[in-house]
Amino acid sequence: MTEPEDDDAPTVALFVTCLVDLFRPVVGFATIRLLERAGCRVVVPEVQTCCGQPAYNSGDRADTAAIAQQVIAAFEDYDYVVVPSGSCGGMISRHYPELFAHDPDWHGRAEALAAKTHELVSFLVDVRGMTGVEARFAGRVTYHDSCSGLRELSIKAQPRTLLASVDGLELTELEDAEVCCGFGGTFCVKYPDISNAMVTRKAEAVGRSGADTLLAGDLGCLMNMAGKLSRSGSPVAVRHVAEVLAGMADEPAIAAASDAAKPARKG
Amino acid sequence: MDVTSSAFKDNAARALGDAQLQRALGNVEHGFVVKRRKAADALPEFDQLRDEAREIKAHTLAHLDLYIEAFTDKVEALGGQVHFAETAYDARRAVVDICRLHDAKTVTKAKSMVSEEIELNRYLQKKGIRPVETDLGEYILQIRNEAPSHIIAPAIHLNRDQVEADFRRVHKHLPADRDLTEPATLLGEARAILREKFLSADVGITGANFLVAETGSAIVVTNEGNADLSQTLPRVHIVVTSIEKLVPTLDDASTLLRVLARSATGQDMSVYTTLSSGPRREGDPDGPDEFHVVLVDNGRSSMLGTDFQDMLRCIRCGACMNHCPVYHAVGGHAYGWVYPGPMGAVLTPSLVGVDQAGHLPNASTFCGRCESVCPVRIPLPKLMRHWREDEFARHLQPRAARTGLGVWAFFARRPRAYRLMTGVAARSLSLLAGARGRLSRLPLAGGWTRHRDLPAPAPHTFMAQWKTRDGQ
Repeated sequence: MTEPEDDDAPTVALFVTCLVDLFRPVVGFATIRLLERAGCRVVVPEVQTCCGQPAYNSGDRADTAAIAQQVIAAFEDYDYVVVPSGSCGGMISRHYPELFAHDPDWHGRAEALAAKTHELVSFLVDVRGMTGVEARFAGRVTYHDSCSGLRELSIKAQPRTLLASVDGLELTELEDAEVCCGFGGTFCVKYPDISNAMVTRKAEAVGRSGADTLLAGDLGCLMNMAGKLSRSGSPVAVRHVAEVLAGMADEPAIAAASDAAKPARKG
Repeated sequence: MDVTSSAFKDNAARALGDAQLQRALGNVEHGFVVKRRKAADALPEFDQLRDEAREIKAHTLAHLDLYIEAFTDKVEALGGQVHFAETAYDARRAVVDICRLHDAKTVTKAKSMVSEEIELNRYLQKKGIRPVETDLGEYILQIRNEAPSHIIAPAIHLNRDQVEADFRRVHKHLPADRDLTEPATLLGEARAILREKFLSADVGITGANFLVAETGSAIVVTNEGNADLSQTLPRVHIVVTSIEKLVPTLDDASTLLRVLARSATGQDMSVYTTLSSGPRREGDPDGPDEFHVVLVDNGRSSMLGTDFQDMLRCIRCGACMNHCPVYHAVGGHAYGWVYPGPMGAVLTPSLVGVDQAGHLPNASTFCGRCESVCPVRIPLPKLMRHWREDEFARHLQPRAARTGLGVWAFFARRPRAYRLMTGVAARSLSLLAGARGRLSRLPLAGGWTRHRDLPAPAPHTFMAQWKTRDGQ
C-alpha cells in the first residue's frame, strides 16, 4: 500500500463488512484505493467480523450489544470509519446509539463512533469533497438505491455525481430505483416466496432499463439481484459501485462465471 | 373476524399465486404512490405539517385521560351519550343495546375499521338486526362475504369484472341485459339500491377519523357522502370509534386533515368532511334524535406508556401499506386480520397478541419506505423490531432460526474463530462453485437457492488477502 505523503491525511479505519469479506473482496480493495485517492491513510482493524445487524433485526439485543461493543472498541480511535455499505454504515451510525440509549457506559462511545462513521460514497463526496474519479468503464449502467443508504443516510445524488465522471459510462435511471429489492437480510430466507416476488419485479425493471450493468452500494442487495438475474438467464452484469469508481471492474461480475468457464469465443 | 395471521406464510403463498389479486394490486403499487407524491410536492409546508401532526397526536396521547374526560363532558352537554367499551364484546353489546331500545331492524353503516375489529356486523346479524354497508367498497365486500384488504380502499383486491359478476348475482330484480361495463354504471346501480336503505334505516353507524375534545364533535371523512346519509337520516346516530382518535381542538383536527387525505389518496381534502356534535337541536333542519359515541379501548390503553404508544398516533391514512413492497406482493388479506401492511404489523400483535400475529412484524425487509411517508412519523420498522425483541425474549421464533442465529453470533463475537470459519467456508464454497461463479443449489440454503443463484465467495476472504499483502 502506498501511503499518502501528507502528514495531515486523516486515518480511516475500513469496516469491510462480513459480506464483502467473504463474497467480494475486490470491493474492499476498491474501497481502499478510493480512500487513498481521496487523501486518506487507510487501516484495516483485525478485530472485525460483522456489524451485528442479523442479531439486531432478529430481536437478539444481547448478542447485538456484545458485537457492537467489539466494533466500538476496535474502531473508536481512528479519525473516520468508512463502510462500503449503507446498511452496515447505517447500523453503526444510526442504530448503535439507539442500542445503547439506556447504557450510560457505552452510549457516549456509541455516539462518538456514530458521528465519524460514513458509508463509502457519501464519505468521498460529502466529507472529502470529491466531485469526480479517474476511471474508465465502457457501458450502459443503471443504479439501484439500496434502502438503508437511501432512507437512513440520504445517499442518492452522491453515487450519481461520481458515476457521471467515469469516462465512457452512460447512466440510465432504473424504474422504481427506490423500491426494495427484497433482500432484507434474513427476510429473504425467512419469507423466500415474498422476497422472490420483490426481486422478480426488480429484475424485470433492470431488464427494461436497457442497461448492461447494474450497480448499487450494498452487497446484500447486489447478491440478491445478481442471483435472480443469473437464475433468469439475464446477461446484465452486477457490480458494487466502488469497483467501477476505483477502476477495478475487471474481474468477473457478481455471480458471473470466470473466463475459464465461458464458452470459447471464435477468433 | 377470525385471526389467521399465524398462517401468514400460507396466506402469502396463496396470494402470490392468485392472478386476479396480482392484477388488482398493480393499482396500489403505482396509483396511490404517484398521487401522494404529487400532493406532497404541491404543498411546500407538507413536511412541517407532518411534524405538527406528530406533536398533536403525541401530546394528546400523553394526556389522553384528560381529553377523553373533556370530550365526554362536552358530548353530554350537547345532549349526547358516551359509552366506554373496554373490550370488543363491550362495544358490540353497547351498540346492540342502543339498537334494541329503538327496536331497530336495519342499520346503515359507513366504513369503520373499528367496527370490523369488534366484529359488529356478525353480532348485529346474530341479534336479528340487519347491517347494511354503505361505502361502495364495503357494500361489495358485504355481498361477497369478504373482509376488507385495505384500510381506506377495502375492496382494492378486486377487479371491475368481479364486481360486475357479484352485482348480477345479487341484484336479481334488475334487467339481466343491463350494461355494467363501466365503473360509473356499477356505482350508479349501488347508489340506487343504497338510497332506499338510507331512507329506511332505524339507526346509522359511522366511525370517526377524529374526536374533538374542545367541541365534543366526531369528524368523519368520505369521498362518497355515505357517512352523511348514514348519520343524518336515521333517528339514532352511533359513532363507533376508538380512544386514540381524540384531538384537543378543531385547529388540531384541521392540521391532521391537511395531512390525512394527501397521504391517503393524494387529495387535498376528502370530498366530504363532516362534523357531528350532539343530536339535532331545535331549529336544525335535520339530524338524529339521539347521538351516541361508543368509545372502544380493546387493548389500546395497555399500549400507553410502552414502546408501542407511538403506534396510537396512527390516523389510518393507509400510506404505509400503499408504499409497502410486501403489501404490494401479497395484498391485505394475507395479514390475517383487520389491519394489514406495516401499521397492521405493529398494531395487530398489540391487539390480538404477538403469539398469534408474530409473523407480521417479521415479514418486513425494514426498507423504511413506510416510515418515510407516515404523516405522523411513526417509526414503524423500529416498532416491528421491538416486536421481534419481544418474540426473541419469549422464545416465540422458530427453533432452527434461533439456533442458526446463536451459532452465527458465537463466531461473530470471536474474531479469530470467525476468521478460521469464514476461511474454510470461502475455500469450500468457491471450490464447489468452480469457474461458474455461482451455486444453484446448496444444503441449508434452500430459502435462497430455490429462487436465485448464490454468488460464489472468493477463494480467500478479504481479511486473508489483506493480511498477505499487508504482512509483506
